[in-house]
Amino acid sequence: MSFTLTVNGVVHTVEADADTPLLWVLRDSLHLTGTKFGCGVGQCGACTVHIDGQPLRSCTLAVADAGDRKITTIEAVSGPEARAILAAWVAGDVPQCGYCQSGQIMSAVALLQEIPRPSDNDIDLAMNGNICRCGTYMRIRAAIKAASQEVRAGRA
Amino acid sequence: MDDIAGKPRRSLITRRGLLVAGGIGGGTALVVGVAAANLTNIISIGAEKPDLSAFGPFVRITPDGWVTVVNKHQEMGQGAHVALAAMVAEELDADWDKVRVEAAPANTAVYKNLSMGMQATGGSTATANAWDQFRRAGAAARAMMVAAAAGTWQVAASEIKVKNGVVSHPGSGRTAPFAQLLDAAAKIAPPQSPQLKSPDQFTLIGTDRVRRKDSLAKSTGQERYTQDVLLPDMLTAMVAHPPQFGARVESFDGAAARLVAGVVDVFEIPSGIAVVASHTYAAKKGRDALKVTWNTDKAEKRSTGELLAWYREIATGKGKLKPETIHKSGKPDKAFSGEVFETSFDLPYLAHAAMEPMNCVAQVDGTRVKLTFASQIQTVDQVNTAIAVGTLPGMVEIETLSAGGSFGRRGSLTSDYTVECVHIAKKIGGNRPVKLVWTREDDMSAGCYRPLSHYQVSVKTDADGYPQAWRHIGVAQALMPVGKNTAAVEGLGKVPYVAMATDVDIQVYSPRFPVPVSFWRSVGATQTIMVTEHVIDQLARRAGRDPADYRREIYRRMGDSRRLAVLDLACQKAGWGKPLEAGWARGLAVGESFGTVVAQVAEVRLVDGRPVVRRVVGAVDCGLAVAPDQIAAQMEGGTAFGLSAALYSQILLRDGQVSNTNFDSYPILRINEMPIVETHILPSTNKPSGMGEPGTPVIAPAVANAILALTGRATRSLPFIDAEVVS
Repeated sequence: MSFTLTVNGVVHTVEADADTPLLWVLRDSLHLTGTKFGCGVGQCGACTVHIDGQPLRSCTLAVADAGDRKITTIEAVSGPEARAILAAWVAGDVPQCGYCQSGQIMSAVALLQEIPRPSDNDIDLAMNGNICRCGTYMRIRAAIKAASQEVRAGRA
Repeated sequence: MDDIAGKPRRSLITRRGLLVAGGIGGGTALVVGVAAANLTNIISIGAEKPDLSAFGPFVRITPDGWVTVVNKHQEMGQGAHVALAAMVAEELDADWDKVRVEAAPANTAVYKNLSMGMQATGGSTATANAWDQFRRAGAAARAMMVAAAAGTWQVAASEIKVKNGVVSHPGSGRTAPFAQLLDAAAKIAPPQSPQLKSPDQFTLIGTDRVRRKDSLAKSTGQERYTQDVLLPDMLTAMVAHPPQFGARVESFDGAAARLVAGVVDVFEIPSGIAVVASHTYAAKKGRDALKVTWNTDKAEKRSTGELLAWYREIATGKGKLKPETIHKSGKPDKAFSGEVFETSFDLPYLAHAAMEPMNCVAQVDGTRVKLTFASQIQTVDQVNTAIAVGTLPGMVEIETLSAGGSFGRRGSLTSDYTVECVHIAKKIGGNRPVKLVWTREDDMSAGCYRPLSHYQVSVKTDADGYPQAWRHIGVAQALMPVGKNTAAVEGLGKVPYVAMATDVDIQVYSPRFPVPVSFWRSVGATQTIMVTEHVIDQLARRAGRDPADYRREIYRRMGDSRRLAVLDLACQKAGWGKPLEAGWARGLAVGESFGTVVAQVAEVRLVDGRPVVRRVVGAVDCGLAVAPDQIAAQMEGGTAFGLSAALYSQILLRDGQVSNTNFDSYPILRINEMPIVETHILPSTNKPSGMGEPGTPVIAPAVANAILALTGRATRSLPFIDAEVVS
């Protein structure tokens, strides 16, 4: 079947079975490999993308259900929150193996867009769907707080 | 940023030369000698030799002024790239901001791990084995730059300075960046024994400037993992594996699978039925449509409970299996009369569960093979691939990519998933790239687990309550095909609590059956440190002593100054002995692995019977700290890894089938459960030791000891929380 998707501001027409997870359309059809495959069942968050600004697991969303909603991936996430998160991630050397970090960052950017000054509890709630097997959680938390300060100070 | 995009990648390979294999190893005490000269010659045939850069196989300096460090070690998150690059940059006096790292090609002769004799990353050896080698590589390149400048400027080499990639002669005011001196430097022979700096001359090593080179690529989705390899005409494969270890294909019907749009081929390979497709989801749907009849005649059909009951019986010595004596001293047969402390431990199978499920990209063209993946033990992967294809190891080219985690999984000595991919690519042939994708379920069900194990410990104490006789019976599958199963009691004989005993008896039973086991981050240390550190807290309680004081007394008696120092530092920073709020307790543990000593104090409380850990204060002696921030990162990550396992992890077999196949039934520690991990590095000028693994094995006994303090109850099995209950 043919589907029309808006990904990173570009309209694409892709051929895929209706039940194909959006993850595989992004990776195999559009070659946007920044979005990662980790579990396939929405448990690890490595495949997190923004759908109309909301963080969603692209491994459990069928391409047929994506509709005309705006899909944003790590390759094109933008705005002051995204800039601040990226800068904080690099400044804090958050990644180790790095495989989960696209998903972590997509969740973190969505958190800051929703809650500019997240509490520890807000961070726990927004980020506990994203597994990091390397255990970089302390640095993720610190980077989110640092990015929050930069955004609120208008420096991002 | 480690940006090599758009830059022509100079081939390091020519068609000549030798490949030398020396041994197989994965952790301490895991070396099997296969260094026979004839075998070396066999492996060598057809192999290739680097076309050396003027600065040797580890350093390239290019006209753009960048220094490229060619790293023989795989980057799997542990920071090997940055640590080894810093060694080169320090001695070269390079501009650290213009240093990048790339993975070395597979060539054992040039890129072997000096502590293993083959090209391999493991056993926390990257920094330690490369410490002299990579500093020499940088120092040699620096000497060449200095000689080039001295010749060009007609000044004495001794008057020349190098700083931040700029060569200068203060007397004449002349300066030149490395790039300007390349041609002249390339004509100078690299010195064999260049002068190395002493640690007090370091300006980069040991500072907080030693930061990762890959954080930007890994924070923007640009890092290229095996899963991300896109090659022209590439196919994607999935494999239907037997439901039990040791089962095999009886027959299969691939007709329905072939009807799935995108499926290109379906065929049997030694490990199952391969479905090859134009893209990943087609391969998966094709696999789902397969009808396979499995022959389970020789399959392992037991459940974990049955295996453990069998292990306990084995440990009594009444079964047919005979033990190996790993260590015996004194007269242990007569040493255990009267009152004896006895306990036992059951420790589960553990999966690595790296975030990137195992995968590989292979191209086979007759006797030539190209692998593009996160190879961790290139030499072994070359040999296993050569056997599968019917070619020579030297004909197997490997482009090593960063791994999305490994924790030992990609160091499997059978190269299981690699060989599987190679078999498929061989059938496809024609050099066509095939990417093998394992789902999470494939990854978790494939074995290569940390072995299931059972331990029985008996300790007879002296009048003061210190170990006088120690008996340690272990039951665990062996990690290595030959040699004594020392990994099951890794390092035990040197643990001071055991070493102080007059009578020692360490025995291991190694049952053999089809469940594959392998190296899991920190390997046997996960078992040895858990068992000994929890036993020692129980002995301290029996003796009425504070656990820290009890350990101190032993360390003093045994002259173990390193353990004493980390214990004191951790206790001081953690406020050991100071009161905590009601319901909280501290637990302490100390462990040595891979040459590094770690002490941790965990603050723990119980909520509904489950441990909650809020803070872990650690002290580490890993010799000279090359990359302090990455040492902290490995302590943070290693603690999370060890805590995750201790709280939740176990691979359970039910009638031989793996019942924990995804993160819903094999939970991983999440951000809300992550304690604050404080790392204090002991100052040292000793040679660096390992850091990728020693942060993992200490947290489990620290938590167990805190639970002991809270409740008086000893831990006799892990995990603390049953995963089935959680799910």
